[in-house]
Amino acid sequence: MQTKKIINDGNRTVDEMLEGILAAHPGRLKSMEGSPRSIVARDGPRQGKVGLVIGGGSGHEPTFLGFVGKGLADAAAIGNVFASPPPDPILECAKAASGGAGVLFMYGNYAGDVMNFDMAAEMAAMDEIEVRTVLTTDDVASAPRDQRQKRRGVAGNFFIFKAAGAACERMLSFDECERIARKANDHTFTMGVALSPCSLPQTRRPNFEIGPDEMEIGMGIHGEPGIARGKLKTADEITDEMLDKIVDEMAPARGDKVAVLVNSLGSTPLMELYIMNRRVKQRLDDIGVSVHATWVGNYCTSLEMAGASVTLMHLDAELQTMLDYPCDCAMFRAG
Amino acid sequence: MTSIDAADLKRMFDAIAVAIEADKDRLCQLDGVIGDADHGIAMALGFGAVRDALAPLELTATEPTALLNTAAKSFLNAVGASSGPLYATAFMRGAAAVKGKAALEGADVVGLFQAMAQGIQDRGKAEIGEKTMVDAWLPAAQAAAAAHAAGKTLSESLAAALEAAERGAEATKDMIAAKGRSSRLGERSLGHIDPGAASAVTVIGAMRKSLA
Repeated sequence: MQTKKIINDGNRTVDEMLEGILAAHPGRLKSMEGSPRSIVARDGPRQGKVGLVIGGGSGHEPTFLGFVGKGLADAAAIGNVFASPPPDPILECAKAASGGAGVLFMYGNYAGDVMNFDMAAEMAAMDEIEVRTVLTTDDVASAPRDQRQKRRGVAGNFFIFKAAGAACERMLSFDECERIARKANDHTFTMGVALSPCSLPQTRRPNFEIGPDEMEIGMGIHGEPGIARGKLKTADEITDEMLDKIVDEMAPARGDKVAVLVNSLGSTPLMELYIMNRRVKQRLDDIGVSVHATWVGNYCTSLEMAGASVTLMHLDAELQTMLDYPCDCAMFRAG
Repeated sequence: MTSIDAADLKRMFDAIAVAIEADKDRLCQLDGVIGDADHGIAMALGFGAVRDALAPLELTATEPTALLNTAAKSFLNAVGASSGPLYATAFMRGAAAVKGKAALEGADVVGLFQAMAQGIQDRGKAEIGEKTMVDAWLPAAQAAAAAHAAGKTLSESLAAALEAAERGAEATKDMIAAKGRSSRLGERSLGHIDPGAASAVTVIGAMRKSLA
């Protein structure tokens, strides 16, 4: 049976979505002439500023293009649904973002993205643009602790991009921007749970099977299988399972501060996210960790998948400043 | 056996596009088990774009190298993903391997085939046994080269390549993925054929049929 979607043509969803986004945010976003899948902040890039280019497959909105704007990413390269963009639109983003001080490429750690962004970086080097890459690897469920570099980038992207974008916005040096981006990634931990599948617009078939009373802990944001499947539990039990793992890795001391993101994978409603957030706060209170800021909602989705993720960013004074620094994006504002 | 020119290579790409389109749903289903269910879509999109990009070429004025480079660029720009850079690199390396030749003899085609497989391996940095398309492409290229060296015809060499690719793809069932999205599954990837290796068999099968 095919899933129901409000679309016109399964092969045109990305381009039609981009048309709609540009129509909604003409003051903030533009696409590059001749490269419609290179989305650039109107008042982002400028001379002497390190450029920040993010990107990846579509289907995760507002990730990635919702975080393009002054104070966050200068440009995003947009791929097909769940597929990395090819090198050309990434290169156009690099050119648009370049202010002569270097360009950071930041994106989730997936083999396809790495190949395409690396090819674009080689092409940018030929245009005298120096590119450095910081991969996001916040999904604690996707590889053991001692193999952090193999992990996937998921909803924690939001915190990591935000911190890096603020560093760039404050006109810090290329070395400093890169250092802060890496530190932001090292301090960010995410764990997700999926309850029901999503379906690609081209096939409109559920992309995995899961029983009516089951959940999958650690499932990826493209429906990649997670670490364990079990009976659906209560919100508190699910949240505890996530926090146990995150807190164990983060190892916060009493009095430490964190930022919290409770993210919907698409169709899980705010009501359920806030029930989870209630538990997150209780658990953090119990261990004497204070919450500096909380975001709840759709930040990194997986089409219409049901499920949620919890992300904590372990803050120090520097990361806190970066997180609080103003930004003005199409789908997100701070300060 | 007559030699292979640009028109033959275009027919080969058309044949691959038809074969992949027919195989699209199976590839998506294989990918759904251990990946994100879009491999058939990406491959069909890529070879469809190649077919469209090659259609307007004036073939009598086109050398194999230019045709292969056009195929590479159109595949890459339509797809992105993992298969985009992998197959684009394959075609670009193939293009470089036959540079300056208007018509390809058996040895050239086998050389092109080997360059394609090497390009895929270099771009993806995968080794045999890591449950990727390399497990089909590399044994296929080795089998084609060995058959050619033993004095077999191009048709026989490509048949040997297809047989090796099929064996290699089948063998991915018993492998634990070490590269790509499914590598985070660990042992849960066991028992499932790698979709990239499966589509490689389809591509190589269409090449054999078209060029033989």
